[in-house]
Amino acid sequence: MRIGVGERAANYIVLVGVSVLVLAPILTILIAAFSPASASAAREGAFHPGNFVAAWQEGRFGSYMATSVLVAAIVVTLAVGLSLLSGYAFGTMTFRGQNVLFYLFLLGIMVPAEAIIVPLFFDLRTLGLTDTVWAVSLPQVAQSVAFGTYWMRTYFRGVNRSVIEAARLDGASSQRVLWSILVPMGRPAITTMVVLMFMWTWNEFLIPLVMSPSGSFRTAPLGLALFQGQYTQGTALLAAGAVLVALPVVLLYFLLQRHFIRGMLDGAVKE
Amino acid sequence: MRRAGPSAGPTPYLLILPAFLVYGAFLLFPLARSVHLSLFDWDGLTLATFVGFDNYIDIATDERLRAAFGHALVLVFFFAILPVCIGLALAAVLTRARVRGLPLFRTIVFLPQVIAMVVVAIAWRQIYAPDGVLNTALRAVGLDALTRAWLGDYTFSLPAVGLIGTWVSTGLVTVLLMAGMARIPAELFESARLDGAGAVREFFSIIVPAVRPEATVALTLTVVASLKTFDLIYVTTGGGPGSSTTVPSYEVYRRAFELGEVGSAAAVGVTLTAVIFALSVVINRRAERGA
Repeated sequence: MRIGVGERAANYIVLVGVSVLVLAPILTILIAAFSPASASAAREGAFHPGNFVAAWQEGRFGSYMATSVLVAAIVVTLAVGLSLLSGYAFGTMTFRGQNVLFYLFLLGIMVPAEAIIVPLFFDLRTLGLTDTVWAVSLPQVAQSVAFGTYWMRTYFRGVNRSVIEAARLDGASSQRVLWSILVPMGRPAITTMVVLMFMWTWNEFLIPLVMSPSGSFRTAPLGLALFQGQYTQGTALLAAGAVLVALPVVLLYFLLQRHFIRGMLDGAVKE
Repeated sequence: MRRAGPSAGPTPYLLILPAFLVYGAFLLFPLARSVHLSLFDWDGLTLATFVGFDNYIDIATDERLRAAFGHALVLVFFFAILPVCIGLALAAVLTRARVRGLPLFRTIVFLPQVIAMVVVAIAWRQIYAPDGVLNTALRAVGLDALTRAWLGDYTFSLPAVGLIGTWVSTGLVTVLLMAGMARIPAELFESARLDGAGAVREFFSIIVPAVRPEATVALTLTVVASLKTFDLIYVTTGGGPGSSTTVPSYEVYRRAFELGEVGSAAAVGVTLTAVIFALSVVINRRAERGA
C-alpha cells in the first residue's frame, strides 16, 4: 500500500494531537499536585512534593488507602477462589440445569449496583453489618463472581480435552486436575481476571459510599470525594490526594497493560 | 469427563455452591428485594404502605425523574455515540497509513479507562472552574465573552459533564476498533484502490462493515457505562444546578439516602436496570440482523 508523505505527516499530527487531548487533564492534576498549597509556601519555590506527605497524613489518605487495600484483598481473594471453582464446573462438566444456572450468573454482569444498593443497605443495617468491611466487600465479591464465573468458564472450555483426560487416566482427582494442572496453565487468563477485579474494586464508589454511613470506614475514592466537599481551598492537597488514589491502578496498568486492554475488550459479554 | 465417576470428587453442584451462595445473597436476592420494595411507599424507618405501581407512574409523570432519564439519554450521546464516531474516524486514519508509535498511542488513549472516576471528576472540575484552565485559555485568546462557570450553568453543565464522558470513552472505543480494522486483509484495500475508490468510499464500503462486531461491543460497553454514571455526577455537580444534570443513578441515591423515599428509589433502580437490558438487547439484535 503506498501512502503519500502528506498523509503520513497528517497521521502523526492526529496521533500527537489526540495524545495531548487525552493527557492534558491528567497533566493538569499532576501540576496542581506539585504546586504550592498556600501563599507562604509559594514564596519557598514552585515545586512542592511535600503536598503528598501532607495529603497522606493531614488529609488522612494513608488510612483511606489502607482501607482500600484491605477491601481489595478480601474481594479479589474471595472472588478469584469462588470463580475458579464455579468456572471449572461450568467449563468442564455436564450437569442438569447447567444453562439456567449459567445465565443466572451472566445476569449479574449487567445488573448495575443501583439496582441492589437500596435493599442491601436497609437489610444489612437490620443485621447490624453496615459500617463493617463485610458490607463494603461482599456485594463487590458477588459482582466480581458473576464476571469471574463467565471468564473462567471461557478459559476452561478452551483447554484441550486430552490434557484433562490424560490426567484423569493417571488417576488424578478432579480437584488435582484443577489445582495442579489447569490453574498453573491458566495463569494468563487468571492474571487478567485478578487485574480487572482489583481495578473495579479499587475504583468503586457507590457501594462504599452507601455501606458506611458513619464514615468510619472510608475507601480511597470516597475519602477523596469527601475531602473535596470539606476543603474548598486546598486545591494542591486535593490534587495530591487524587494522584495518590489513582496511582496503584495506573502503575499496575503500565506493568500489565495487555491484561487490562484484553480483559476489558474480551470481557464484554457477547450473547 | 461426561460421566462423573466414583473418583470424580465433588459434584459440579458442590463446586458452584460457594459462588452461588455469595452471588445469591448479595446480588440476586437484593435485586428481587428491589422489585418488591419498589411497590411500597417507605421512608426507611416507619411501616411501609403498599402502593402498587405508583412509584413507576411517578417516573413517567414526575418532572425531575423524567428529566433524569432524559439526561441519561443525552449522556448516552456523549459517552457512546460521539466516541464511536470519533473512534471510527481515528482508527480508520491510523489504519490506512501504518505509522510508528501506535503502541504508545494505544497506551495513552486507553489510560482514562483505568483512572478512578472520582479522580477524573476532580481533574475536570479544576478545568471547568471559574478561574480554571478552560476559562484562562478562553481569556488568553480574547474570547472573554464565552467564559462562564461551566458546571454551574443551566445550559452548559450537562454537555460539560458529557464531554468528560467522551474523554473517558473515546480511547476504549478507538483501541477496540483498531483491533477490528487490523483484521481487514490488505488486498481488500488494494483492489478497492485499483477500482479507483477514494478514502471516503473505502471507509463506508470496507471499514465500517468489517468492524461491525467491534462497534457493537464498543456501543454496548459505553452505553451501559453512561447509564451507570454516578460518581462523576456526585463529584462534579451533585445533579445541579437545579436538576439540570441529575441522572437516574443519582436519583436512586438521593431518594433512598437523602430524602427517605426508599420505594421510589428502588423503582428508579429497577427501571434503570430494565433500560440497560433493553438497550443492550437492541444494540446486539440490530448488529446481528445487519451482519
